[in-house]
Amino acid sequence: MTSPLQQKIKVTGPSIVTANRTWDGIVIYRTAARDWSAELSEAAIVRNADEARALLAESVADDVGAVGAYIAPVQVGDDGKVAPGNLREQIRRSGVTIGLPVQV
Amino acid sequence: MPLVKGGKIADDTFVKVADDAALPASGDILVSADRLVKDRDALLARTGKLGVIWPNNRDMDELARHLAKLAAIALVFPSFRDGRAYSQARLLRERYAYRGELRASGQVLRDQFVFMLRAGFDSFEVKKQADAEAFAQTVKRYSVFYQPTGDGRITALHRRMQLRHSEGVGT
Amino acid sequence: MYAYDEIDRTLVNERVSEFRDQVKRRLSGELTEDEFKMLRLQNGVYLQLHAYMFRVAIPYGTLSSEQLRRFAHIARKYDRGYGHFTTRQNIQFNWIKLSDLPDALADLAEVGIHAMQTSGNNMRNVTSDQWAGVAPGEIEDPRIWSELIRQHTTLHPEFSFLPRKFKIAITASDHDRAAIKIHDIGLRLIKNEKGETGFEVLVGGGLGRTPFIGKTIKHFVHGRDILSYIEAILRVYNQYGRRDNIYKARIKILVHELGIEKFSREVEEEWQHIRNSSLQIDDEVIEDIRSRFTYPAYEKLPHMPDELRQAAADPAFEAWRKNSVAPHKVQGYSIVTISLKPVGGPPGDATAEQMDALADLAEKYSFGEIRVGHEQNLALPHVAKRDLPALWRALDKLGLATPNVNLITDIIACPGLDYCSLANARSIPIAQELTRRFANHELANLIGRLHINISGCINACGHHHVGHIGILGVEKNGEEVYQITIGGRADESAALGNLIGPGVKFEEVADVVEDVVEAYLALRERPEELFIDTVKRLGVEPFKERVYATR
Repeated sequence: MTSPLQQKIKVTGPSIVTANRTWDGIVIYRTAARDWSAELSEAAIVRNADEARALLAESVADDVGAVGAYIAPVQVGDDGKVAPGNLREQIRRSGVTIGLPVQV
Repeated sequence: MPLVKGGKIADDTFVKVADDAALPASGDILVSADRLVKDRDALLARTGKLGVIWPNNRDMDELARHLAKLAAIALVFPSFRDGRAYSQARLLRERYAYRGELRASGQVLRDQFVFMLRAGFDSFEVKKQADAEAFAQTVKRYSVFYQPTGDGRITALHRRMQLRHSEGVGT
Repeated sequence: MYAYDEIDRTLVNERVSEFRDQVKRRLSGELTEDEFKMLRLQNGVYLQLHAYMFRVAIPYGTLSSEQLRRFAHIARKYDRGYGHFTTRQNIQFNWIKLSDLPDALADLAEVGIHAMQTSGNNMRNVTSDQWAGVAPGEIEDPRIWSELIRQHTTLHPEFSFLPRKFKIAITASDHDRAAIKIHDIGLRLIKNEKGETGFEVLVGGGLGRTPFIGKTIKHFVHGRDILSYIEAILRVYNQYGRRDNIYKARIKILVHELGIEKFSREVEEEWQHIRNSSLQIDDEVIEDIRSRFTYPAYEKLPHMPDELRQAAADPAFEAWRKNSVAPHKVQGYSIVTISLKPVGGPPGDATAEQMDALADLAEKYSFGEIRVGHEQNLALPHVAKRDLPALWRALDKLGLATPNVNLITDIIACPGLDYCSLANARSIPIAQELTRRFANHELANLIGRLHINISGCINACGHHHVGHIGILGVEKNGEEVYQITIGGRADESAALGNLIGPGVKFEEVADVVEDVVEAYLALRERPEELFIDTVKRLGVEPFKERVYATR
């Protein structure tokens, strides 16, 4: 398996590092405080390949806490609000786009 | 990298000799498949046991003619996901009746021990010390086996037949 | 039903305890994710977009009421109150925590259910005809053999680290409901001229990036030799299957690259070495497995009971009966398919409440037995005809009496981008929209048998290649784009569909499908000519012209 760090890193705009939490699988984001948060708003934003590589490297190093860390695009509004940069990340943050059979 | 042999951590008497290194005058050695084929006469002329490291993409038919001279064969798991050496091991044991040491080398982890034993391996170059130490415990994990292999463990189907017959005798 | 004995139970418990230890080592950091990934996959645990997904095997699609209730329990206790039935007779739970998994497995083990090899590069759940043992005209119950193969392929010491996943399906009927031609090995149970049981063996079928229809490798393998023959195929594959490229690692590529003749020679040579070994199965072994399948004590019942005659006056009942009820091999009984494709619902989902209620209904009306089919529907295999009206009323209350089996809204769909980390596009919302467009039962009936299959990526879990209409979601410049094929089928005449034109946007898919259907209605020779036959007769062109004329 190719380590995420060996893959080519292309950053075209503001990006974050996201993963799933190992013990329960929920979506998490790497924070500037070198920790993880379930809130996208707390994610550390990187803007170029070097920053992204560094953030990914420290994220991947936490193999016990998180699974499958990778770089994902975000959109940062004029008010500083962070939104997912594509449909996949939108779904990871907000859940499925369909009604679940059982409301929880 | 600890070696497990005879069910416990053991000293490795074999030394791996690189293709371009001189052969030591004595002692047990493991050489590559290429060297075995090329230097066969020199290898057999020396004292000490001879073993080969056989890659997992090389046919067993080719190894067959050397078997009588080999004290050990190390098969290779370049990754724990690559299972070719399981087939090679079974062929060596079950088709070619090889009885010498059959060693698993490469990415050998605890969770493959049972499969490896069943395929005919009897020594293990284990990647992690903790896994080597857990060997005896780990291989006791399973008591039921569905498939017949050369290791002679009784299969579920046979055990059922035995039960049927013993019940039949009783009635 | 196959009843586990002490030996089977012990193995499953040993597996649960091993996995408990593996999870513990993962959570403590003793195992890296790279090491653990393969171990969790071997127990059906994936990581999806939102959470872990847990895939549980339903071997050859047979379930007891007790087992179905246990699925409801898992859904409630460890998940979000529902489960998803897949195209390979598995059920998936989408929201499970890794730390809960050992307990969930232990709960399942109590009722003889496991998740071994429901993913990973090993031999997957052995699937079969969901009507096995009850279909009229069946040669014999293929589940006996499925169970034999299930045992043989479970924790196989040689073949647990294959180049790629490996799927086996078995049918014993002329009409193939198990889709054997799109499996790595397909087995068609047949009798030779001496009346002995054996198999036509197909190899190298599969979908995904490079789809192939399976080819016959041997016309007759005697039942007693089937394990050694499968073993020979696997040994050739394990040694020579490609490991350099994940997309070229399935056996279909090896068969394709070697050619079926050369591949079969390799297998034959290997087989001659091992066929007269302890892999040979004697009749006693088969009898022992057969003896642990229980069959209902059917009553002698009339072909046309009064209850059925009276209920025929109710058009809603009749619509359901004509659609969802099939003949049974025993007079007075029926096989009832339960549609998990309600209008506007995700295909194949069932809530815990539905599962519990269905388990009760199965006990009351189907000798406690439920079946799961690859079309993502369930079935009650032994319903007395006199009970059909009562069963229908009960199913209707549960939302499980949608009379759309085999019709255009009986859609197969993968979880797609709503759940799956491999997906490029959504599948479920497309299916939901299509079920709304064709919600009118008269219209669906007028169209007749028509299978729509939807996949959200090239891996083809939604079997889009073999849908009469196939829909494949891809990503193009950040947008979901869907490619539409027609003319595929998964049965005994299995074929791959052909593209009808350029990909279309998410919002346009249902319109295009409507246009395809309209074209069919205009082009068919007579009402009885099925969509698939019209496509076969005319090819793709006339459809393409009509559908893309205005686009």
